[in-house]
Amino acid sequence: MVNQMPNMSVTQAPAPQKEGELVGRGRRDGNRLFKEWYAELDAAAESGDPSAYVFVMGSAAEVLKAFDLNLVFPEINSLQMAVRKVSLEYLNKAEDYGYSTDVCGYVKADVGMHLDGRKHPNGRIPKPSIVVATNMCNTYVKWVEIWQRMYGCKVFVLDIPGQRGIGWSTEPGSEQFENDRRYVQSQLEELIEACVAVTGRPFKIERLQENLAHVNRMAADWSAVLKLNQNIPAPFNAMADGLAYMGVLSAYRGTETGARYMAELREEMEHKVRLGLGTIAEERFRLHGVGPACYSYFRRFLELFQDWGAVYVNSEYLAYAGGGLDLGIQFDVERPLESLAEQLLITGRRSMSNMFFSQDQLADTVRDWKSDGIVYHSVKSCRTVSTGMADSREYLTRIKDVPALFVESDLVDPRLWSEAQFKNRIDAFFEALGARKAAALVAAKG
Amino acid sequence: MLVGGVDVGSTQTKAVVMDDRRRVLGRSLIDTGGIVTAAAETAFQLAVADAGVERSDVVYVVGTGYGRYRVTFGDTQVTEISCHARGGQYLFPKTRTVLDIGGQDTKAIKIGPEGQVLDFSMNDKCAAGTGRFLGAAAMALDIPLGELGALALAAKNPVKITTTCTVFAETEIINWLARGKKVEDVLMGVHQAIATRSISLLRRVGVEDELTFTGGVTRNIAMVQILGEMLETHLNVSEEAHYMGAIGASLFALEKAMTGAAGAVEAMTVGARLDSARAASGDCEICPELPDRKFSDAQERLAKPSQLIQIGGMREGVKP
Repeated sequence: MVNQMPNMSVTQAPAPQKEGELVGRGRRDGNRLFKEWYAELDAAAESGDPSAYVFVMGSAAEVLKAFDLNLVFPEINSLQMAVRKVSLEYLNKAEDYGYSTDVCGYVKADVGMHLDGRKHPNGRIPKPSIVVATNMCNTYVKWVEIWQRMYGCKVFVLDIPGQRGIGWSTEPGSEQFENDRRYVQSQLEELIEACVAVTGRPFKIERLQENLAHVNRMAADWSAVLKLNQNIPAPFNAMADGLAYMGVLSAYRGTETGARYMAELREEMEHKVRLGLGTIAEERFRLHGVGPACYSYFRRFLELFQDWGAVYVNSEYLAYAGGGLDLGIQFDVERPLESLAEQLLITGRRSMSNMFFSQDQLADTVRDWKSDGIVYHSVKSCRTVSTGMADSREYLTRIKDVPALFVESDLVDPRLWSEAQFKNRIDAFFEALGARKAAALVAAKG
Repeated sequence: MLVGGVDVGSTQTKAVVMDDRRRVLGRSLIDTGGIVTAAAETAFQLAVADAGVERSDVVYVVGTGYGRYRVTFGDTQVTEISCHARGGQYLFPKTRTVLDIGGQDTKAIKIGPEGQVLDFSMNDKCAAGTGRFLGAAAMALDIPLGELGALALAAKNPVKITTTCTVFAETEIINWLARGKKVEDVLMGVHQAIATRSISLLRRVGVEDELTFTGGVTRNIAMVQILGEMLETHLNVSEEAHYMGAIGASLFALEKAMTGAAGAVEAMTVGARLDSARAASGDCEICPELPDRKFSDAQERLAKPSQLIQIGGMREGVKP
């Protein structure tokens, strides 16, 4: 495929002195930072340094890092167990303990790890000193109760008011939004009190402001990185590379390290766009992913698409699991708590409403990222992300004429993966996509 | 020029030999068994023998079905989804929806006017609503598979099979019999359960006329009839329906052999263009679009014609 001229402006960064070091730097540095983060958790497990368990959606990391709490992401832990091919033994432990096969795979893998003395393939995981959840995922609220029973730790649930009816005003500036903002802010003030009690450390507003400023930089660069994938060829695979970038984004949110990483990632992607470098030799198909990948067979999952010359140029996961950073959110550091409450409301509502109101936004994204089709990956053990996919697919295919594939397996449960069925559907999808593209080409030539 | 299509399914393997006028010269059908490569080889040999040609005259072979990559002598592979779409459109040119009920897969396929796949939906993680469901019933009742349909049509008061699991359906069948229900009423319940599942898949892609029914379950007369009743539409059914995947594979093989297209997807479109060109020149083997000519025209396209069946509309006495 002939490379097209970049359709998004890129900053005129100086050419790197060692070009070979720039391409792929995001993956290399991401891996290094990820290892360092787990090493810190391992050290905290040894020293007993206070740690907070949080989730990728609405982590309130900006507040927690103001107290120098180590952040543990149970979702990332479970994902990593699957990628490292050990999730099944942890799932079995949880099921032997009494958890149903229908319970969320992330929860069960995590429970299995705790029953196994918090021994994770990436290192030991510290006990929770405090747990912070939001209502963005209905499982979060019950998940935290498991740790509360296991460790007697402090549990804090941030209640983010969502959509309460058709036509409900959620726009900043409205009276209702302001009421909701005050409600969330008061909870943040309670969270700060809880952190003071758990850590014995004082709250310093300037630390929070500093963290928010780091997030502002991260968000601006991450948003730009995502948009750079509108170029043909796309400089990164949203499902493969994107996952590595998201790991850093979550673990290093609100830190100087995280902000610098995102700036350098943006530099790398701009460089690749300038040179017309994609992720595979010939980018034949561009895909938009809805739902996370199957991490138990992650490599194979990706290969089944790459074999057809397909690249995921965007993924919903990069949006809803990124805590709003894809939007390029910018905090007003002069009014830190108010601003944090506002952004939690905006991004939280978007995550919670996505399954009902995202179709038109999805169609626009498919258009802007020039995707040839959408791949819906339904997660068998997670109804929260899978509910509504069939309706969304029907709307996109019938009303918007966007080709879509629906496949199902699981995030971390290898028992729910069936490669023959998966491959059959994927192959048929690309046969159809290829015919569609060829027909369009014939029609264009008259 | 001769080409071949080999459809290696989970239960049975089908092979077809076709000439460059798109006529089916020979066909074969065998159980797949445990050695998939051997099944593909045997089926192809039998089809070649049935056609009365030399194997070396077959210049291009396409493998399809779950075992398509085990057709070791094949030149390329195309999924059975594309093949059933192509085959369905070949025999019934106004087909816009294909329902294929195979051994362990049921597929609803929405197709374009040139046989291209527009959308599809399949059963996932569960074989309820597939041919295997009928197989389980046949085993539980100790009745030959081929007799199920005729027996089911004698039902007066069909039971409702509620389980969604093929394995547990057997238990439910035994339970109904233990409660004194007649075999035919239980069997009709099984057929209706499968039809309901299949229709659910069809709804996902949208049922658009004409609907062509393919796969081994088309041999079951009750299933054809019940689907027609429940959908309140006409179903195109050919005696070749069991070979539809292999016929579609042969069509892809022919297109690839004629055009030298590099991939199945290109071949599909190139083939469709060939169809259009032939239609314009009057040298087209695709049936005219007049419904009343469909039967005879489709028959003419088969060098060894087998009886084509078209069944549809409501049948009195049996309500879903």
